[in-house]
Amino acid sequence: MASEGEPSFEDLYRRLEEVAQRLEQGGLGLEEAIALYEEGMRLAVRCRQMLEQAQLRIIRLREELGLYTEEGGGALSPLEDVEAELE
Amino acid sequence: MLEAWSVSRLAATVQSVLRGEPCLQDLWLEGELSNLRGGYAGHLYFTLKDAAAQVRCVMFGGQWRSLGLENGQQVLAHGRVDFWEVRGDLQFYVDFVQPAGVGVWQAQFERLKAKLEAEGLFDPARKRPLPPFPRRVGVATSPAGQVFHDICRVIGRRWPLAEVVLAPTPVQGPDAVAGLVWAIGRLNQEGVDVIIVARGGGSLEELWPFNEEQVARAIFASRAPVVSGVGHEPDVTIADLVADLRAPTPSVAAELAVPDRAYLGGRLQALMAALEEELGEGLDYRRRLLAGLQAALERSLPDIPALRAAALALGQRCWLLAQQQARQLGEQLQALGQRLAALDPRATLARGYAIVRRRDGPVVTSLAQVKGGDLLDIYVADGQFPAEVKRQYGF
Repeated sequence: MASEGEPSFEDLYRRLEEVAQRLEQGGLGLEEAIALYEEGMRLAVRCRQMLEQAQLRIIRLREELGLYTEEGGGALSPLEDVEAELE
Repeated sequence: MLEAWSVSRLAATVQSVLRGEPCLQDLWLEGELSNLRGGYAGHLYFTLKDAAAQVRCVMFGGQWRSLGLENGQQVLAHGRVDFWEVRGDLQFYVDFVQPAGVGVWQAQFERLKAKLEAEGLFDPARKRPLPPFPRRVGVATSPAGQVFHDICRVIGRRWPLAEVVLAPTPVQGPDAVAGLVWAIGRLNQEGVDVIIVARGGGSLEELWPFNEEQVARAIFASRAPVVSGVGHEPDVTIADLVADLRAPTPSVAAELAVPDRAYLGGRLQALMAALEEELGEGLDYRRRLLAGLQAALERSLPDIPALRAAALALGQRCWLLAQQQARQLGEQLQALGQRLAALDPRATLARGYAIVRRRDGPVVTSLAQVKGGDLLDIYVADGQFPAEVKRQYGF
């Protein structure tokens, strides 16, 4: 998952669609078109990296009502299973 | 202390006792309809009875009209018990009635459904779209068992960019309602983008917390859109009806809550191809434009070979003209020569005239030019001879 301050997948993806649309509309100067193309390609590559390299993070909130006897916040075995499985 | 009560005091006390008894204020009552009669203002009055007892009932408003109630019908009615002091009657104030035989759970479900529907909790216009790329996915379910595991597996496969936030809650039994309400509220505090409310399949009673009004209201109040995945396909709970999106199972709820990275990968590929193509087309267009301009430029250049040929032709013409001119001049010269020849003094000499010229140069045309002893040359037609002036004579 992206750290804080880094643009999110959504930001990058939206910008990419914008760039593609802008290029599709045409009527651009050559330099502008090339700059857009390069930006679009960079965005697409970054998006694909994010998709390929992402690792699911699982957070368990503390159960505050005392409905469970076990200590809140500790990972239960199913969570460990899942995280191990996704490694 | 011995004292006489007023009737009003008795009525008030009876009311107070009845109203203080929770089970009498939220009661399902089964019995046979009798003595049905419409009252003024659209109210319905009737009696519910069994073999040994009967109770007066009233139902306000007109909602009973569509139910097609008849005397002798066995029904399940929900309402509260109160004492109507004006008449001195114990009355059952009915808010929902349903033909008997469906079971009290089903009747309760129908009653709450009708109530929440009337309040607009299921309004399709209220359903919110799910965020396309959620960063934090809240899950309200039990940490034990397969459901949470399945949800994580699906999200891990489809959308591992997300962070899954689990708010652990019991999903059946007496604590489930409080736990679910807490979990939904807590996940909203966490600022998750979407919430999955889930539990695996079970009996109607096990699923019951998802049919409770408090849970429905917690889902309705959620800031984040809610996807419900409760039980298996045919089970529909009140929670499902309030949720922004209903999934038939927890795994499907997880699938609906997040995008699929495999699909997005394909979409990215397509976008990249489109970018390539657009730029390629732009370049091709410009290439064609350039080629056209180049051709136009070339067309507008002077035609050098033609010019060269023209220059050559011009040169030849000049040459011919010059030659012609020269010939003409030659002819003129010849004519002039002939004319000059006619003027040649030597022709005169041939007729016997002579030219006298001093030895030192000038032609003698006057006596004044000569004196005795001067040397002269005499020119005649066929040559010259020297002479000397003997003496000067005046004419």
